[in-house]
Amino acid sequence: MILITAPLAAIGSTTLSALALIGRMGIFVGQILSHLVRPPFYVREFGQALVQIGWLSLPVVGLTALFTGGALALQIYAGGSRFNAEAVVPSIVAIGMVRELGPVLGGLMVAGRVAAAIAAEIGTMKVTEQIDALTTLSTNPMKYLTVPRVLAATLSLPILVLVGDVIGIYGGFLVGTSRLGFNPVTYMENTVDFLEVWDVTSGLVKGAVFGFIVATMGCYHGMNSGKGAQGVGRATTNAVVSASILILAANYLLTGVFFST
Amino acid sequence: MIALTDVHKSFGSKQVLRGVDLSVARGESLVIIGGSGTGKSVLLKCILGLVRHDAGTITLEGQDVTEGDRDAFLARFGMLFQGGALFDSLTVWQNVAFRLLRGSLKRPKAEAREIAIEKLRRVGLTPDVADLYPAELSGGMQKRVGLARAIAAEPDVIFFDEPTTGLDPIMAGVINALIREIVVEMGATAMTITHDMSSVRAIADRVAMIHDGVVKWEGPVAEMDSAPNPYLRQFISGSAEGPIEAVR
Repeated sequence: MILITAPLAAIGSTTLSALALIGRMGIFVGQILSHLVRPPFYVREFGQALVQIGWLSLPVVGLTALFTGGALALQIYAGGSRFNAEAVVPSIVAIGMVRELGPVLGGLMVAGRVAAAIAAEIGTMKVTEQIDALTTLSTNPMKYLTVPRVLAATLSLPILVLVGDVIGIYGGFLVGTSRLGFNPVTYMENTVDFLEVWDVTSGLVKGAVFGFIVATMGCYHGMNSGKGAQGVGRATTNAVVSASILILAANYLLTGVFFST
Repeated sequence: MIALTDVHKSFGSKQVLRGVDLSVARGESLVIIGGSGTGKSVLLKCILGLVRHDAGTITLEGQDVTEGDRDAFLARFGMLFQGGALFDSLTVWQNVAFRLLRGSLKRPKAEAREIAIEKLRRVGLTPDVADLYPAELSGGMQKRVGLARAIAAEPDVIFFDEPTTGLDPIMAGVINALIREIVVEMGATAMTITHDMSSVRAIADRVAMIHDGVVKWEGPVAEMDSAPNPYLRQFISGSAEGPIEAVR
């Protein structure tokens, strides 16, 4: 009998844990959204978060985009040459960057840098009773720590994605004109002619969603960090892993919504 | 002023508080002693609402602490945390003036800084530490900054969680003396948690000993040394023999 009930109990227990986690995250997101529209607003903390999340992520996102754009140009050229379609390199690089690679790689790079940093910072604050101290000083930790970070990430990610798009296309341009023999003027004309406004804006919307995910996961796991160095370490890992998976899942869903015909 | 009646708190299957009855009068300094893990810190956190108690009532001047305006309630409290709990990203004066820079007690920045420097002076720190970050201070200085932050908004009630832990005996004596002076000077009600018997003698008007989640002894500090309570006797003498198990 136990051979039958034990696996069922394990499935039930896992399902309940997963549902409880989804519920806790849902409540956490609800609290963030409710605090977003209610004063007080911590402008200084928001400004600091913008610098930390947006400005300081620029080098990482820029370099990622530059190399990705270059590699994409090489891949499309090599693949396209099999059926004499090398000329599509500029347009495919541009569309690939702005629709998919810019937002997804930008989101993943920021997840690695920012979600980890947020979870480690807030987790350490929790372990050293700084979160309790905030409460005793009549300051809501959700409002003071979470809302500025989530808002800053949601607003700065689209800008990072836009910068990444430009640098990525430029990476493709550099490789296309220096190694693949494209004429610079023709390359730019092909890039601009085939790119539509919605290609760019859909990528920016994705960037905003990914920014929200990154900061929310960092804050959630930091706020729920276990005790000691091990607890903070686990919170940091969980923040990066969950943000990365959610970004990829959200990207699939958004791509389906935006581009399915 | 603060009254706890039959307060219970469990974490999972672990019962931490099993029916605590305790009261502190206005202006009185109560020190709570007891072994590690006996629920002393949880008790303070229950009063502040940082941890929600499972059963029983906690009142501040007759008003249930779980009801009413939370900001107004918290504005009446100051707390010195065990590790200081200073905010790493803020300078010393910004830590001390934290409450004065935001919320209902907000003052202009220059005025808040002036008050912070005055409070730093009160705890024996010179104005030149005001622009340092907490990581640049020694443990004793961090405790003093924590104390300055706790008193910055002139609260009615101050909680001290293990104020002398990690300090050398001389610095511990300085902090004990400061706490006593400040509590008397401000006329504040104080609740202190400590294992340090020299702190108990320096700070307390009354002492309560907690063991196994209940108050085992309570009385004036003057009667502590002559009280026959076996739990209290064992705790004061630091003996391994007695009703408190040495290995818990």
